[in-house]
Amino acid sequence: MALKGNLRDFTISQLLNLIHLARKTGALTVDGPGDKAWAVFREGKLAYARMASEDDSLVGVLHRAKKISKAQYKVLKERAAAMSDKELGILLINANYLTQEDILESLRDAYVGVLERIFPWVEGMFVFEDGAPSLDGKITLKVSLENVIMDASRRLREWEQLQDEIPSLDVALKFADRPGVDLRNVNLSVEEWRVVSYINPKNTLKKIAAATKMNDLEIRRIVYGLLQAGLVEMVRPEGEKIEPRKPQLPVSDPEEQISLVNRIIHRIRSL
Amino acid sequence: MQTVKMVVTGPFNAGKTEFIQTVSEIDVVATERKITSEAERIKETTTVAMDFGRITVDDNLVLYLFGTPGQKRFDFMWEILSEGMLGFIVMVDSTRPETFREARSILETFRAYAPTPYVVAANKQDSPDAWAVDDMRIALRLDPSVKLLPCVALDKESVKNVLLELLYSILEEMEANSRK
Ligand SMILES: Nc1nc2c(ncn2[C@@H]2O[C@H](COP(=O)(O)OP(=O)(O)OP(=O)(O)O)[C@@H](O)[C@H]2O)c(=O)[nH]1
Ligand SMILES: [Mg+2]
Repeated sequence: MALKGNLRDFTISQLLNLIHLARKTGALTVDGPGDKAWAVFREGKLAYARMASEDDSLVGVLHRAKKISKAQYKVLKERAAAMSDKELGILLINANYLTQEDILESLRDAYVGVLERIFPWVEGMFVFEDGAPSLDGKITLKVSLENVIMDASRRLREWEQLQDEIPSLDVALKFADRPGVDLRNVNLSVEEWRVVSYINPKNTLKKIAAATKMNDLEIRRIVYGLLQAGLVEMVRPEGEKIEPRKPQLPVSDPEEQISLVNRIIHRIRSL
Repeated sequence: MQTVKMVVTGPFNAGKTEFIQTVSEIDVVATERKITSEAERIKETTTVAMDFGRITVDDNLVLYLFGTPGQKRFDFMWEILSEGMLGFIVMVDSTRPETFREARSILETFRAYAPTPYVVAANKQDSPDAWAVDDMRIALRLDPSVKLLPCVALDKESVKNVLLELLYSILEEMEANSRK
């Protein structure tokens, strides 16, 4: 099945998470701003990756990793043009030019580096095609995506955490009526003061954000800080009340309710 | 005449109307009105539609299916629609991953309105662009215990299956409660 979409809506981190958790084998193409990335995964692990704008040959990778000089790069580019990366790698190791470790580390950094670079992309299209594409001659690795994702998630986490803590901007704030809390003793930033000045059970966070010209993230960040410091509490805006609704059934006896649902089931089956 | 209701919700264009129309014995009524939002960054004027389908169960019982407007801005409608519902279905367009996050948030909102059983329908599974159900479960961050059902809203059997799975969940919960 095709996995394709727009990065604006489905982030690289979500994509990698999916590839990792579903242990996918296939190729991910990301067509982003000014460049294009191509990465191959095997059973959820990163096998290979390159940016369209870069020399992805082993020689190129080693040069960017500063394992070989510019002069060596030139010579190898010419002489080893007919060789595959695998063959060249073995040659370099046998010639005591580089260790196997050097090579694998450079490749790992290069492949992971591609993912790291595309992480912040918020514009662009992606396609994930199932199946293993041919990578003849290329040196493939098995890099677990966990760490790569973790680094990215750390950045995303702030936003998500704030969303969890403050899921809706339709709530209002009130000052905590705890003894010992005195705003005058608290060091607040200018932004925090601006928010504090609007605190009132009638003002929703949405209103406060509009009044202080803050975006959803900014207002959440500040309110989160105030909540953590125990200065304020979230309250339902005055004049609004939402109570969880109970299902309404025309019959109240549990046995009759069960029989009613069974009648519906029976009817739907016969449709 | 006794009536019960179930709600079909989900993001814009997920296939809610289609789903209800497929099993309803009446033409789905779509109420439309334009609403401009009060807030600063409004997307655009939007059409609010409340779909409304009916299935006559027998001589004295009718099941109503309500489709919610997909736009989050109109969640005041959701609240009204969800009142007294037996359970709800969250429709997700399997071909549009950009709506998954919204679907997730709609699901959360409905759960807060009413602690009734629900199922998630991975709709448009007939499309070549549809995400696989297992991938969607991960993307939607659904617990393994939540029913995520492949669905083609244009296909009656498929719609019946989703409704039945929801009804089974409702039944299960009733039975569990009556044993208490
Ligand atoms: N291929 C395919 N198309 C579908 C399916 N279900 C719905 N559609 C199409 O998707 C589009 C949207 O369906 P609607 O039923 O209007 O969706 P909706 O969720 O009610 O849309 P809003 O009320 O505007 O939020 C229509 O063109 C449908 O024909 C399906 O299972 N498969
Ligand atoms: Mg509709």
